[in-house]
Amino acid sequence: MKVLIDQDKCVGAGQCVLAAPDVFDQRDEDGIVVLLQEYPPAELHEDVRQAARICPALAIELDEA
Amino acid sequence: MNLDHVVVVGASAAGLTAAEALRREGYDGRITMIGAEQRLPYDRPPLSKQVLAGTWEPERTALRREDALVEADWLLGTPAAGLDVAARTVRLADGTAIGYDGLVIATGVTPRRLPFGHDLAGVHVLRSMDDALALRKDLLAASSVVVVGAGFLGAETAAVARQMGLAVTLVDPLPAPMIRQFGAKIGGLVAKLHADNGVTVRTGVGVSGLVGLGDQVVAVDLADGSSLPAEVVLVAIGSEPATGWLADSGLSLGNGVDCDSLCRAAPGVVAAGDVASWTHPELGVRLRVEHRMNATEQGMAAAKTLLGKGEPFAPVPYFWTDQYEVKIQAYGMFPEDSVPTVVVGDPAEGSFAAEYHQHGRVVGVLGWNLPRETRKLRARIGGAA
Ligand SMILES: Cc1cc2nc3c(=O)[nH]c(=O)nc-3n(C[C@H](O)[C@H](O)[C@H](O)COP(=O)(O)OP(=O)(O)OC[C@H]3O[C@@H](n4cnc5c(N)ncnc54)[C@H](O)[C@@H]3O)c2cc1C
Ligand code: SF4
Repeated sequence: MKVLIDQDKCVGAGQCVLAAPDVFDQRDEDGIVVLLQEYPPAELHEDVRQAARICPALAIELDEA
Repeated sequence: MNLDHVVVVGASAAGLTAAEALRREGYDGRITMIGAEQRLPYDRPPLSKQVLAGTWEPERTALRREDALVEADWLLGTPAAGLDVAARTVRLADGTAIGYDGLVIATGVTPRRLPFGHDLAGVHVLRSMDDALALRKDLLAASSVVVVGAGFLGAETAAVARQMGLAVTLVDPLPAPMIRQFGAKIGGLVAKLHADNGVTVRTGVGVSGLVGLGDQVVAVDLADGSSLPAEVVLVAIGSEPATGWLADSGLSLGNGVDCDSLCRAAPGVVAAGDVASWTHPELGVRLRVEHRMNATEQGMAAAKTLLGKGEPFAPVPYFWTDQYEVKIQAYGMFPEDSVPTVVVGDPAEGSFAAEYHQHGRVVGVLGWNLPRETRKLRARIGGAA
């Protein structure tokens, strides 16, 4: 799984960090998403999928190929 | 009853999420999406921000790429006009009857209007993409705008119009902007933010009339007898649940579509998003939340209920608004009798977070340009103040 983030779309909601704290963080100054792991390990995949689903700005895309 | 056909009425954030959740949970029967709008599902928060400002093309708001849309029959541009709960059929405006085993009601809300003036050119409401593009077109050709209603929608529009270089007046009968949502303290800060950016903030006075010259609006009359010249007027005075089509359904429509804590409105009928109220199992109160995050979360919850895997819906509501360089974020509840206390930062410095306390508990957390810290404080909600 590859994680793609769109910092331009992100509204800094932090919902992704709540869902998958090992994969996402937020910049201190404006809360915009920061990707900690582009290729998260399999045990985190379900959390990452949940993060992508609930992100209110649709700023997270997953390449599951 | 076997679930072979799910009908979703309202093809936007909550409805689309519900349909996707059904598929994800393994449902492989038919899904029919019924939408009043001609467009494929798009996101509304950017309408009063990037789309109005012209920094995003409309296409950017698409909720999904067309090739990634959930597998369903899409009936767009065909509003539902009636529901027969006993016969499990939805009637469309064109008379077609569509049977269902499971129904998701996700019709959102429609803007409330003033009792006068909406037939005049230059007078707008803002809910849909078409609304946003029409408002932008008028703003581009004007030098002044009056925004009636200083909730978040009016306040965001005022900010964008200022940044487009227009003279902006923000009018509201309440003493400060966004006061209904977050109280007087934050309301005062929002008023100052707009005043500092050059908006004329006319709070504490209502609108008594819209004045036209021919069919074009030219002024807004206020209750104190004054009159504001206006080339463009945005009326942003709240919204009503879009339940007109359910009037004869027998469903309880006290506060939108009234649901239980599993988002059920009737046998085989669930509701989600702006249109739905439900009893929050932990707070014990009936809520109807008109926020983007809730549309997603409740859409998922309602879908699970239809599949018999429902759980009581107990979210921590989340809301944000962007005005100028300020991002306000709010987790939880902000009841009228709760009291905000600044716990990080300083309002005078332009970034802080406040907890809202009620009966000795933290009920809400509000951040003002402090996203990361605010998110961390979310864990305090429900705990002792
Ligand atoms: C301009 C704007 C800015 C916003 N900004 C923010 C923000 O910054 N932060 C935030 O948290 N929230 C924001 N919101 C709120 C957020 O967009 C809503 O909470 C969200 O769109 C709700 O989704 P929904 O699917 O429940 O309803 P909607 O998105 O309203 O979708 C309902 C759909 O149902 C359709 N429909 C209605 N009646 C019928 C019928 N009879 N038959 C068929 N279809 C029907 C409608 O046409 C519509 O497409 C904003 C809203 C607007 C309008
Ligand atoms: S959930 Fe989405 S909007 Fe929120 S911080 Fe993460 S990527 Fe950004």
